[in-house]
Amino acid sequence: MSAPYIPRDRRWHPPAHTPDYKTSVTRSPRLPLLSVEQSLSEITGPTFGHTALGPRDADLIHNFTGAPAIGERILVHGRVTDENLRPVAGALLEVWQANAAGRYRHVNDGYLAPLDPNFSGCGRCLTGADGSYTLRTIKPGAYPFRNHGNSWRMAHIHFSIFGAGLAQRLVTQMYFEGDPLRDQDPIAQTLPDPAALDRLVAPLDLNASIPLDSLAYRFDITLRGRRQTPFENRPEGA
Amino acid sequence: MPVEYPKETPSQTAGPFVHIGTMPTVAGFRGLEPELGQAIAGPACPGQRIGVSGRVLDATGAPVRDLLFEIWQADPNGIYNHPEDPRVRDISQDFNGFGRVAADFDDGAIRFETVKPGPVPGRDARMQAPHLNVFLLARGINVGLSTRLYFGDEDNAGDPLLALIDPPHRRETLVMAADGTAYSFTIRLQGARETVFLDF
Ligand SMILES: [Fe+3]
Repeated sequence: MSAPYIPRDRRWHPPAHTPDYKTSVTRSPRLPLLSVEQSLSEITGPTFGHTALGPRDADLIHNFTGAPAIGERILVHGRVTDENLRPVAGALLEVWQANAAGRYRHVNDGYLAPLDPNFSGCGRCLTGADGSYTLRTIKPGAYPFRNHGNSWRMAHIHFSIFGAGLAQRLVTQMYFEGDPLRDQDPIAQTLPDPAALDRLVAPLDLNASIPLDSLAYRFDITLRGRRQTPFENRPEGA
Repeated sequence: MPVEYPKETPSQTAGPFVHIGTMPTVAGFRGLEPELGQAIAGPACPGQRIGVSGRVLDATGAPVRDLLFEIWQADPNGIYNHPEDPRVRDISQDFNGFGRVAADFDDGAIRFETVKPGPVPGRDARMQAPHLNVFLLARGINVGLSTRLYFGDEDNAGDPLLALIDPPHRRETLVMAADGTAYSFTIRLQGARETVFLDF
């Protein structure tokens, strides 16, 4: 017996076709999505246990060579809950980011800023029973990209989230409070409602910072909730 | 005023460097180990072994080369490796169900091996034809795209999801060509034969 997920509000997410973010023009479906009722195929999804993770996966400051990465040391923490405010426990969060100079460790990144030999830019963790998570990293730098003449990405951390089922799968980006590039970042601006972008901006959380060590930012994540009315998903004849 | 619920966190594109956080060896370094999704079905899993290959094309017909392609599927008996599948106790041994493949940086090719899934129950006890659930992430894709891949050598006529597709000729955008145990697909993000993408 499984309750389906609350439908996704597509008007709140960025549309597929956002011409100011040029790459979306040729990569956006133009026909309507087919709206389908959820079956086991959508309600189930991959789940991950602690055995799948390495001991330092959540510490991006040290998880590449062991020596500390260069940059402003930060904690990123928050809770993953659903639209009914229930914690999502055991959710896998995967993150990736540029280093403090705005450069990615990726064979296809040709930005002239230097690599940090001690920073890979990848990390992951599972949420606890209360949906909480904590990552240690350095604050990523802004970087330019080829879009319009002088386009820059505001500092961001990419997040991939696996909830309890495929219907909760979400990939997004976390931004930082007070970033001066917010209003001209073509990707942040794909969001039609400024209130949606506000949700991706992590505020400084001084109380969660570690004195003499790291500042902290808080990024709470909301995944789709479930309806209250269950339906039965039974094999034929059962 | 309607009841207000907290809204879902909005989506943003995965960008071109999604591999760093998901498949770092593809990005060019050793990072997270083990990398997840590397074996949908291990060697001890029973069932028919199959190979799947394909490409995802943009509006100009060019392959999307920075694509991350995720697969979620049932085992050969149509059971999902998930606590909410009522038959999960009988899941095949050495079966995971989740796979991740990066498109080739040169030609966009996507290739993976798995076992053929069985039919899975749909709603109202109607069976669904065997299929792979796929999720696409790439630069320029603002919200990850969901679709399904069915098997050209199966009887797909009674599948309740395919039956919803109108006009009917678009159903074929979700059906892989079969050649023995090799299956192939072309997903078109846009254009005359645009693939049917799902909202669920
Ligand atoms: Fe980025």
